[in-house]
Amino acid sequence: MVNLALAWVEAYTALHPEVRISVTGGGSGTGIAAMINGTVHIANASREMKPEEIAAAKANGITPVEFIVAWDAIAIVVHPENPVNGLTLQQLSDIYTGKITNWREVGGEDRPIVLLSRESNSGTYVYFLEHVVRLGQKNDLLFSPDTLLMPSSEGISAEVRQNRNAIGYDGLGYVTPDQKVIAVARDEKGPYVLPSIETVNDGSYPISRPLYMYTPGEPTGQVKEYIDWVLTDGQAIVAELGFVPLKNAKGR
Amino acid sequence: MEKSSSQARTARLPSRPLEFAIESLIRVLGFSAIGFVTLIFIFLLTEGLPAFLQVRPRNLFSTRWYPTFNLYGVLPLIAGSALVTVTAMFIAFPLGLFTAVFVREVAPNWAREILKPLIEVLAGIPSVVLGFFGMTMLAPIVREVLGAPTGLTALTGAIILAYMSLPTIISVAEDALDAVPKSYRDASLAMGATRWQTIWRVVVPSARSGILMALMLGMGRAIGETMAVMMVTGNAARMPEGLQAILKPVRTMTATIAAEMGEVAHGSTHYHVLFGIGLILFVITFLINLAVASMMFQKRSRGGLR
Repeated sequence: MVNLALAWVEAYTALHPEVRISVTGGGSGTGIAAMINGTVHIANASREMKPEEIAAAKANGITPVEFIVAWDAIAIVVHPENPVNGLTLQQLSDIYTGKITNWREVGGEDRPIVLLSRESNSGTYVYFLEHVVRLGQKNDLLFSPDTLLMPSSEGISAEVRQNRNAIGYDGLGYVTPDQKVIAVARDEKGPYVLPSIETVNDGSYPISRPLYMYTPGEPTGQVKEYIDWVLTDGQAIVAELGFVPLKNAKGR
Repeated sequence: MEKSSSQARTARLPSRPLEFAIESLIRVLGFSAIGFVTLIFIFLLTEGLPAFLQVRPRNLFSTRWYPTFNLYGVLPLIAGSALVTVTAMFIAFPLGLFTAVFVREVAPNWAREILKPLIEVLAGIPSVVLGFFGMTMLAPIVREVLGAPTGLTALTGAIILAYMSLPTIISVAEDALDAVPKSYRDASLAMGATRWQTIWRVVVPSARSGILMALMLGMGRAIGETMAVMMVTGNAARMPEGLQAILKPVRTMTATIAAEMGEVAHGSTHYHVLFGIGLILFVITFLINLAVASMMFQKRSRGGLR
């Protein structure tokens, strides 16, 4: 999320040169801890605050205020002629760990499955591993060693466009129209949901998570102006970085 | 010899300070190349050696490369680089040798005049362009014609690498053929050998060591190539098993460093392991160059470039 925060600050300070904002990375826990200690004005986080963190903040006399500022959603893509329309999270996990190796086993043609992934330094890689391959549980499942690691989004889309065996994933913002997006269900009872700004915003698409900003108390002054801008005009940047903008954002 | 020249220099010194300055400058520049290589090697050592101390050998020399989860098995990467490079040489060496023989021994003069500059142009194509070509044109052909599940395979990488090392192999092999004295050819022809027999039994064998050098230099070029390989080999860190491995994706050492160095935390174990891979690569290319240098030395001591 630090990329998004940096892009926002860069665009905002270009518009308002009198405002100075500095961004520090380090993970959601770092930002929230700093907010609890009162050393930052805004904590960006890719997860909700835990109850004990809220309690710690209250003990310091701080009431955290939560803003959902964007969504991080991952689309599953295949070749346009692949007949498979929907997969469950369990099937996706089995495919990416190498337990399922043929499209026939998930209702497709008799073809080997070619796994595509982003490089391991991409945030999307870690998120996909934790939420899909490991199904959000603490286990030590890993991507199959046969997984092709593509250095770019273009690498994934080029292979998906050309190869009927391929399956890939990427941030929803990077999906081009010449790839087929697979509907995903939490379990076999369904429903199978296609990712879109609506289904991501209402939480029905399973592989998505909100991105948050927390402020110590209701924001005022420059902090309020900045967050208001992030929630409106700042949403244009969200899609550029491969995240999903808020549905009701202005200027979309 | 050494003594007399230094005497001459000291005699000239006072009158020609400018010459002395320029001479010293050239000498410093000449030695600086050695200095830079040494410095780079020291840098690689200081950054790469901690990897061998921080990661247990059982982890480092295993077959699982998942750096995000502290699994640093480098064997699939070394095997991947080796597989792609060796396959590339199996393609490039015969092609390069035949081309060199054609250009040097068979082609008429006008054809040689066209071919030689064209081969040099080939060397100037940026590797990212070849990589893009491989990804969009060659990969679908490999997939459809050879029936591999994906076109991003060791073979695709090897074909691109073969293409990239061809100019090196052709020009060095051609120089070697060129250095074979005309008297050898004349003698062979005078003995009643045909042109074909002269080329394959006399000229090529006498240029043997130069041709071997061409192979080694081409190999050095191929093993260090990064961008094109990263784009077409699929980058799956799995151990190649059996012959069909060339139709499966591989991950090379160079592609691993390039793909992962950008995001790695400075000073972390992962960072040191990437430098450790660089160190392994450096040692391999150094050994190749050493082999080439010793071959050249042998040739020189026998007299004549052959």
